[in-house]
Amino acid sequence: MEHAPVDIQGLSYTFGNNQPPALDDLSAVIRPGAVTGLVGPDGAGKTTLIRLMAALFLPGAGTISIFGLDTRTETTRLHRIIGYMPQKFGLYEDLSVMQNLRLYADLQGVTGAARQQVFQRLLAFTGLAPFQSRLAGRLSGGMKQKLGLACALIRKPRLLLLDEPSVGVDPVSRRELWRMVQELVNEEMAVIWSTAYLDEAEQCDEVLLLNEGRLIFSGPPQELTKRVTGRCFQIRNIAGNRRRVLANALQREEVQDGIVQGENVRIVLRAVSSLPDPAVLHAGPASQLVPVAPRFEDAFVDILGGGPGGTSVLAASMAQIEDYGQITVEAEGLTKRFGDFTAARDITFAIKRGEIFGLLGPNGAGKSTTFKMMCGLLRPSAGIGKVVGLDLQKAPGQARSRLGYMAQKFSLYGDLSARQNLEFFSGVYGLAGARQRETVGRMIDIFNLGPHLKVAAKELPLGFKQRLALSCAVMHEPAVLFLDEPTSGVDPLTRREFWTHINGLVERGVTVMVTTHFMDEAEYCDRIGLIYRGQMIATGTPDELKGRTESEQLPDPTLEDAFIELLHQWDDKNREAA
Amino acid sequence: MFSRIRALIVKELLAILRDKKSRFVLIVPPLIQLFVFSFAATQEAKNQTLAVLNLDEGKPALTLEQDFAAAATFSEVLHLRGAAEVKPVIDEQQAIAVLWIPEDFSRNIEHGRPAEVGFILDGRKTNTAGIVQGYAQRIVNNYQAGLAAGGQSAGAQLVVRNWFNPNLDFKWYTVPSLVCILTTLISLLVTSLSVAREREMGTFDQLLVSPLHPLEILVGKAVPALIIAMIEGTFMVLAAVFLMRVPLNGSLPLLYASMAVFLLAIIGVGLFISSLSMTQQQAILGAFVFMVPAIILSGFASPIENMPPWLQAITQGNPLRYFMTIVRGIFLKDISAALVWRQTWPMAIIAAVTLSTATWLFKKRME
Repeated sequence: MEHAPVDIQGLSYTFGNNQPPALDDLSAVIRPGAVTGLVGPDGAGKTTLIRLMAALFLPGAGTISIFGLDTRTETTRLHRIIGYMPQKFGLYEDLSVMQNLRLYADLQGVTGAARQQVFQRLLAFTGLAPFQSRLAGRLSGGMKQKLGLACALIRKPRLLLLDEPSVGVDPVSRRELWRMVQELVNEEMAVIWSTAYLDEAEQCDEVLLLNEGRLIFSGPPQELTKRVTGRCFQIRNIAGNRRRVLANALQREEVQDGIVQGENVRIVLRAVSSLPDPAVLHAGPASQLVPVAPRFEDAFVDILGGGPGGTSVLAASMAQIEDYGQITVEAEGLTKRFGDFTAARDITFAIKRGEIFGLLGPNGAGKSTTFKMMCGLLRPSAGIGKVVGLDLQKAPGQARSRLGYMAQKFSLYGDLSARQNLEFFSGVYGLAGARQRETVGRMIDIFNLGPHLKVAAKELPLGFKQRLALSCAVMHEPAVLFLDEPTSGVDPLTRREFWTHINGLVERGVTVMVTTHFMDEAEYCDRIGLIYRGQMIATGTPDELKGRTESEQLPDPTLEDAFIELLHQWDDKNREAA
Repeated sequence: MFSRIRALIVKELLAILRDKKSRFVLIVPPLIQLFVFSFAATQEAKNQTLAVLNLDEGKPALTLEQDFAAAATFSEVLHLRGAAEVKPVIDEQQAIAVLWIPEDFSRNIEHGRPAEVGFILDGRKTNTAGIVQGYAQRIVNNYQAGLAAGGQSAGAQLVVRNWFNPNLDFKWYTVPSLVCILTTLISLLVTSLSVAREREMGTFDQLLVSPLHPLEILVGKAVPALIIAMIEGTFMVLAAVFLMRVPLNGSLPLLYASMAVFLLAIIGVGLFISSLSMTQQQAILGAFVFMVPAIILSGFASPIENMPPWLQAITQGNPLRYFMTIVRGIFLKDISAALVWRQTWPMAIIAAVTLSTATWLFKKRME
């Protein structure tokens, strides 16, 4: 019988003696000719499993065999048939695209005439041919990933391991990367694509779903989504506040999960037949419950036993933010030049009090530059950024004391304990004495940090890290909250909990500005600004943006479709103009 | 404002002390270095081999040869039989030097004529050769003194007494210098790494979006480094006195006051490096770019008076040079406050320059 590309039997792996197992008694078989998604939130064990398959770690218990070769005993033979692309692929940033390819060809012993052929094929395949002499460090995130992929493909592996190839890559490049990988799969090559994005899971032929080191599902994704069939609905035509509708819905016994999707609210029911009464949701007379297709994420939450409730204790404990007038955040002609290069040009927008505003855009388009100028991390070359009416350049201290900031990688002090982090961040925002003690104590109660107070922040479980980071960002009761991909990679339950808090804070009058690649986060926004080639090319509600790109081919575009389509439209228009 | 800075200082100290690795790095390597350098960086020549080619059979020649053989420097003496053996013995590094006593040596001495001896040194080992040459000179001087006294013990004799270090124990010289060098190293590393580490972890942005003024952030970085380096300096002084048995004759308050000024100058340099570097690697490289010339131009290894004038001018800007003078002075002789002040005010100026440059650069880099 032909050996399976990967055959895992009873695999366990632990990093330290006192640590919980990173992988716990895992068995699975991966079939050839398919893209197998290794899906799960950060810290689920995806990277560990991939490294075990690449024979970089040896199993603690159980076995892995790759095309019949045991990873314990046949490492050398095995490395010849595996292509492995780690999360941060080892590209040499100071070498050009071509030099990187040559280096990896040398390392893998691909020489002679065959080599030129391979290069031609890979450059054509990845679309990097025009950039051969560009330094790898100068490539965009998406192009780097493509070059990394090319380097992993030099030897035509039989098993291709891709560790989170789509992290930090914008939707456009993500689609291209995905299309490239689809082309590769055939009877001879098996591909494993690990991801924390659950929407990518749906496109895979097979899925291994990991959570906290356990395999909770393996098989085609459709099989998993089946379990929530008939239980997914969208509440449409909501009159009034959709965030409040979501909170109401989540309080109902029969609703197990819910999120905001543009103007609508998407809910998943506990059982097929028990629809909630629209009247108790206060969604308005015109509102209706429309059945929608189940998603992979719905099923994942279902396995985990449903989402968290819809009320935020955090928001309840916060005072109403005083009214600074209608506009809380304002950009007027913001421009940033780095030498000859204009990263952001004449960007103007205004965010109302209690509004969630999202900045979207491909990598390198000026999205982060704009975001950084708005929270005072970069000084604009021209234009003004204002927060609660204060110019960030003229009154930086005052303006900053009214804003809260939370970055993607939870910038906490890893060596400090949870309590020390709270004390530090409250201290730099000027809280002292009894008020500081009271605030820190309140945060500890709200987020149940009590049992973890003495643990170094870097050792906290991911969900608690997220809670701690959020509490550090809001202890001083900011009027504006800046979020930089706040929930990328976290599990769906933690993400829902986070957005419940954000929604609650918004109800209290907090204004939120978020930048993200993550369409699920973008759906929570009231308005989105799309930044491309240094300019704001479109603004509008998520549904308006979707509406603008509706066409015969795309009758019901997703936000990601809309995003890509708007970029294309802009490119076309400017090509004509030029 | 003070509560904000206090929060920063507490955070910085905790970040360093709670991390096992940085705790280790702060304590163990400096102590090891202190010991290793104190014994290895000695400027004495010991356990050397001397080759003697004595072509003379007279008594004066024999006495000279014995004087050399008796010197503590030479633990072994090789006797050569002819001029042909001189070259190989040096070439093969069997001996550091050859003492060549010609046939007419005793005769010349007995007739009161100037007598010459040859002394061939292995110039490849420049430092040792220089020291051995000094010893040889001393032995020959003593020998001459013996001759002049006509063999009488009560004759005129040069009496040498080394002040402050009567036995010329080189540890007494190196250990105080090492106290300076190692505190420099620690304070420089702590400051230059701290911002880079926060940049790498992403916490630096978090600081920059807080209402903290850049100056407050700098103070919050400088004060913990000062505290840690002072404690580290105390450890060094204690180790020098109680473990290495170097006498401490001068005033401790003067030592600490000048140390604080000195450390501020170094911390300014460290902050300057750290606002330039994006990663910890760059910070470490930057620290060594400063560290190595600072040590060489401090007068530790070679006296500043021996340097060309333009280089001497440059050493005026090196805080280590002044502090080294103070520490040696306080350890070995009880120097006066006035003398300490003469070395301290230049450091205060340097500190003002480095700290304000660091502040300026730090603000500029934030834009």
